[in-house]
Amino acid sequence: MENNNYAIETNDLSIHYGKFTAVKNVSMKVERKKITAIIGPSGCGKSTLLRAFNRMNDFVPSCHVTGELMLQGQNLYSRDVDPVEVRRKIGMVFQKPNPFPKSIYENIAWGARINGFKGKMDELVEQSLRAAALWDEVKDKLQQSAYALSGGQQQRLCIARTIAIQPEIILMDEPASALDPISTLRIEELMQELKQNYTIIIVTHNMQQAARASDYTAMMMIDDQRAGGVIEFDVTKTIFTRPKDKRTEDYVTGRFG
Amino acid sequence: MSTHTNTYPQGDAFNASLKTRYRVATIWQFAFLSALLIAILALTALLYNVVDGAFGYVAYDYKKDPATFTPIPVNELTKEDLLVILKENLSSGAYNKLENEQKLETRTQGELYTLFLERLVQIDTKATWSMTDSLFRSAEIRAEAAEKYPDAQLEFRSWLTPQFLTTPMSSKAEFAGVRTAVLGSLWLVGIAILFALPVGVGAAIYLQEYAPKNWLTNIIQTNINNLAGVPSIVYGMLGLAVFVRTMEALTSGSAFGVTDSNGRTVLSAGLTMGILVLPLIIINAQEAIKAVPDSLRQAAFGVGATRWQTVWYHVLPNALPGILTGSILAISRALGETAPLIVVGASTFISLDPNGPFSKFTALPIQIYQWTTRPQSEFHAIAASAIIVLLVLLLTLNATAILLRNRFQRKW
Repeated sequence: MENNNYAIETNDLSIHYGKFTAVKNVSMKVERKKITAIIGPSGCGKSTLLRAFNRMNDFVPSCHVTGELMLQGQNLYSRDVDPVEVRRKIGMVFQKPNPFPKSIYENIAWGARINGFKGKMDELVEQSLRAAALWDEVKDKLQQSAYALSGGQQQRLCIARTIAIQPEIILMDEPASALDPISTLRIEELMQELKQNYTIIIVTHNMQQAARASDYTAMMMIDDQRAGGVIEFDVTKTIFTRPKDKRTEDYVTGRFG
Repeated sequence: MSTHTNTYPQGDAFNASLKTRYRVATIWQFAFLSALLIAILALTALLYNVVDGAFGYVAYDYKKDPATFTPIPVNELTKEDLLVILKENLSSGAYNKLENEQKLETRTQGELYTLFLERLVQIDTKATWSMTDSLFRSAEIRAEAAEKYPDAQLEFRSWLTPQFLTTPMSSKAEFAGVRTAVLGSLWLVGIAILFALPVGVGAAIYLQEYAPKNWLTNIIQTNINNLAGVPSIVYGMLGLAVFVRTMEALTSGSAFGVTDSNGRTVLSAGLTMGILVLPLIIINAQEAIKAVPDSLRQAAFGVGATRWQTVWYHVLPNALPGILTGSILAISRALGETAPLIVVGASTFISLDPNGPFSKFTALPIQIYQWTTRPQSEFHAIAASAIIVLLVLLLTLNATAILLRNRFQRKW
């Protein structure tokens, strides 16, 4: 029964590029409808780990994954699982806003259409844009280019696009790092609303963001073989106030390195 | 502060060094400008040379005086007059042959008049002069013509006429046209693009989006790059061996019930050209596909698209302008190549329009080559005109491709 509280969990998940191990033996349980932040210094494998969650690493030719990634009792890396299906269930928002070079409407409708959406497209577009707190700003210019939007609006459009395919989990790879402080704040507020319905895993460089916005935090660090690993995973408040690991304490207090 | 004065020149020394830097910059700027001017000069000279040959004075006389056929002055002849004259004076064999090609009554006055000049009075060109000479030395030319060819008429003419475009080949330069050659070239380019564009783009998509990066794909890639530089005559040999000989049943059309043809058809030549431009199209399409940002692919994969949906809906539309640029280069190459056509057997003299893929054919470069090798100067003049036609055709086809590209280039 405790299984039900977790959206996704990893068991000894390791990610290798050829002979090099980039992320080693990660075992973590991500709780449902919570925001889990992954923090750590540059190059520790945060994004690599995040991309392993929806099999985006499949596109890196030399990359292979060992261990288990369990979603609803199924290992997403087992042979009979189709990565396309994984990506439909686990959506992703990227570091740099990357809307399609199409209209705002089409940005949302495309993903729905290719996944065989049968409902009313106009309604889906409106719902998704409302859920991404973008509807009021774009409702009069749905047929205009998505590229005409500001960076923050584009990123919220990308979130709306992800919501539209109704995933169970949303992965966010430093979604606000290319945005100004106000846009960043809007994304963080949005995350709080989204967690009513979705499980969110976010990679961030911004310590305050992790402290402000997340419920759980995973601290990653590389070992002496340059392989990244989760050294501490706990409730965010604990990580930032009473970390068990000295390295975590140094990092979150800014005394790192 | 003293370290600064020691390390970097100050005051006059700095100004002197700055002057040197500016001087070097000016010299280079001048060198680049010269390079541009040389290029412009070369192209202008080329164009001038072509135009120079296509217009100018021509001295001609008639083997038989028109007055021996009719009392009416030649520029007042009506269609009916011409029909009577032709009927009376042509041998019955020649007349029937013309009737078989196209009923004389259904031909225009201009066509009949051309027949009259060609068959009866038999125009005979004595000499031609270039445009430059005709413009600047017209008095001398008149004197020379009057002295050397006292019976001849001197006339300033453009060899490039509407008639030149619409008449087929003729053994007399005055009546020759490029119609069959233009149609042959269009068929050729059409078949080449129809074959090479889908195959080339398909290969490029596979290489860029699907193929794993390993030693095998490396070898394939290197070979494609090298194939783009293989001399065209080699492609001609390939075309001769594969399309003309080995696949004769298909390329001659005998497998489809066409009987009076061998493998030397426009289809064989078009496929040969297609193979020739294939590396060009593949490389350009690959570059265009490479230029589509990865973030777009990730966005598509991120919403659960398959590889194919990503390629079809996002990669290809964004790569299309680049792909069309490649096809522009391919069209230009296919239109201008001569050597492979000689090898696969383009006809040098043919007066029938190509009417299908299994036709015998000629092409503009073949025609130009053939005319320039003739000793008579009037053939050089029509060769120059044919070059102008080729250039205009090239510009038209390229402009079409560019227009298409701009249509697809709509930026969101």
